[in-house]
Amino acid sequence: MTTTEYFSGPGPEAQFKAFMAEGKFMIQRSAASGHHVFYPRTITPCSGTADLEWVEASGDGTVYASTVTRRRPEQGGDYNIALIDLAEGPRMMARVDGVAPNQVTIGMRVKARVGEIDGETAVIWSPA
Amino acid sequence: MTHPLRAKAACVGLATAGCGESPGRNAMELMAEAVHGALADAQIPLHEVDGLFAATAFHSMAAMSLAEHLGVHPSFSDGSNIGGSSFMAHALMAAMALEAGLINVAVIAYGSNQRTAGGFKSISEPMPFEAVYQPRQPLTAYALAASRYMHQFGATRADLAEVAVAARGWAQLNPEAFTRNPLTLEDVLAARMISDPLGKLDCCLVTDGAAAIVLTKPDRAKDRPKPPVYLLGAAMEHHHRMISAMPDLTVTAAAKSGPRAFEMAGYKPADMNTLQLYDAFTINTLLFLEDLGYCAKGEAKGFIAGGRIAPGGETPVNTNGGGLSCVHPGMYGLFVTIEAIRQIRASLGADEGPREPGGWIDDVKLSLAHGNGGVLSSQVTSIWGAGDAI
Repeated sequence: MTTTEYFSGPGPEAQFKAFMAEGKFMIQRSAASGHHVFYPRTITPCSGTADLEWVEASGDGTVYASTVTRRRPEQGGDYNIALIDLAEGPRMMARVDGVAPNQVTIGMRVKARVGEIDGETAVIWSPA
Repeated sequence: MTHPLRAKAACVGLATAGCGESPGRNAMELMAEAVHGALADAQIPLHEVDGLFAATAFHSMAAMSLAEHLGVHPSFSDGSNIGGSSFMAHALMAAMALEAGLINVAVIAYGSNQRTAGGFKSISEPMPFEAVYQPRQPLTAYALAASRYMHQFGATRADLAEVAVAARGWAQLNPEAFTRNPLTLEDVLAARMISDPLGKLDCCLVTDGAAAIVLTKPDRAKDRPKPPVYLLGAAMEHHHRMISAMPDLTVTAAAKSGPRAFEMAGYKPADMNTLQLYDAFTINTLLFLEDLGYCAKGEAKGFIAGGRIAPGGETPVNTNGGGLSCVHPGMYGLFVTIEAIRQIRASLGADEGPREPGGWIDDVKLSLAHGNGGVLSSQVTSIWGAGDAI
């Protein structure tokens, strides 16, 4: 791929969202270093090389940090926000469901799926 | 070798305005009032101001808006916005511009009427790849950091609460503080949860308020009515914008900015007589005490135990009551700086207004003012000293 081709067409954010619309959770990998990258970048962070390619995420992750956002029951009730360490290395913000928000514990193994929050596609995790 | 920027800028005037609630007055009006107060304190006329530095959550180009409002034509200005740490960075830039001969008199200013205008005000864009999960930033980020810190080091909500209780102790000595009623550990633990593990009393105030300081060169500073307080060291570092991109939620970039600021100043952490640490949330104080070298990582809970950072304690921290109990109009950094400088001025005999006994610390020659911006993102450490500390 030429540099011109690499920087042509929809950018990484649009490509990520297009994959999500197809139900696929894709992350990037640097061809040179093999390091995985999330969130979608234009060039590889730190090295600066224009060599990012898309690979499907394993969907395996571990809860790194977690909070219960308190919300009135009539507005939908409490919800979880967590930081998940992907098995491939990168970290992402996400929601863990399938367990009460306050039962999401640091170190918990979780599995990803492509779901939806208020009509927008999102990577959602539940206990593995 | 002495750093070329060490002690090349001196604060000769400062003021706050509209702290607490200022119904009917907008952010610019409060900021202009603070500038007026700081210039009066310095006894320097407005037309001598040729360097202007400002950032707010109300103005996309704050330095330009403020210059226009004041009717000054700066030959150097900067409106960089790195959140609440902007003003420590502005002080560093002002020192550079003064030393380079670009300007003679710098004003650094901030203003906000968020409380009376309806609540927490931010001009932050939604973070891509985070917004869909509906975080309430900055709160969510600090809650996540606190969750990780507690998990990793065995800290408890009671350890966080110690920070809030110490801050309130200082506020009770300070008639200027917004919240001064007694506060116990039990009160903090019983407060409504906002974003676990942070409850309402782990979070900063939401107030109005403006602040300004006047910096000039040492030779110009000598004949001012208030004792000059010198910028001895300042350094910045940041490594993320989104909390999901922070490498380690228990280590901030203060671990880098702190040592560089101390090196520039030629002092070590133990030399500081007061520590003013940007306490947007209780977790901040613990992280910054560790990252700035006051105790090892994970050991702040032991360090602060027994009232060490509270009034009468060995290490005075956030002696105005902090963002938790004194004032927090959204970007609190300039108030942090002002408290650091005022403690030094009070020791030098300046009339800084009344405080209860112990509210003005004895023999303060050196104060650290540490700024935090974004979601534990930007860290800027500054060290201020009296003339005989140079």
